[in-house]
Amino acid sequence: MIKETYYISGWCTIREGTVCKNGTLYYKDSDADTAKDFAKGLYAFMNLKYSKFHKMDSLCKLGFLASELLLTDRKDIHQDTALVMSNKASSLDTDRSYQESINDRANFYPSPSVFVYTLPNIVMGEISIRHHLKSENAFFVTDYFDASFHTKYANILLSTKKASQVICGWVDLDTDKYDVFLALIAKKGKKKLTQSSLHKIYNQ
Amino acid sequence: MPELKEELKEKLITQLSLEDIEIGEIGDNDPLFGSGLGLDSIDALELIVMLEKDYGIKLKDPKEGKAIFESITVMSDYIIKNRTK
Repeated sequence: MIKETYYISGWCTIREGTVCKNGTLYYKDSDADTAKDFAKGLYAFMNLKYSKFHKMDSLCKLGFLASELLLTDRKDIHQDTALVMSNKASSLDTDRSYQESINDRANFYPSPSVFVYTLPNIVMGEISIRHHLKSENAFFVTDYFDASFHTKYANILLSTKKASQVICGWVDLDTDKYDVFLALIAKKGKKKLTQSSLHKIYNQ
Repeated sequence: MPELKEELKEKLITQLSLEDIEIGEIGDNDPLFGSGLGLDSIDALELIVMLEKDYGIKLKDPKEGKAIFESITVMSDYIIKNRTK
């Protein structure tokens, strides 16, 4: 059986106040002190109109915005586009907020809207809702972005026809330090998908 | 009563992160769920917590919220009748 070749069709990074799309600077905001403020500025810059965005936690906002960068203007996104993501800090940022809200037993009012974001995979749910995806999704907590793992996982999903495209990457946030990278893997694209090419564009 | 309605609209916007909506856009009798402000089930839970935290009203059955959160006017009437703080 001939092994099919897959491609990186598009990618973006969001880190240290800078957003790059397909390797080109898209947006920069060095003044935003927090991830929340940065995400708000980027949302306005992208001229998005999606009221649910404001309800998301910062991890979801950053992953959501990265997916918007990746998918905006694309008409070839299918419902079976799989999502495979990873990060190091899980949902720790929101976990801390939630913990703070329940520390005081005399003033114990846990917030349901904070609690729902105390899992990192919620970001994939938000992206699925936005783009009506009904697909495979998996979120892994690892020490670093493992390009080899993501390349293999995408290859398996595509070659076994579990998905026609895969959005994979790294969506990490811990105390306003954020590192987001998403890539769209498809049958056609700009770069051949290999561990090395994925690793290289992550580090761009 | 008008003050409470304005207070509720402010709380709705801040506590439910309705950043795209101004206070003036929320009518006293507009439906809050469904075709109105488009609030969802998590928002309903958040409103139940708000009733208890800010007005001392503890709902025994969360399903009661469906009627209480029909509009700002209905919410306001309910709070006036039942508030303990």
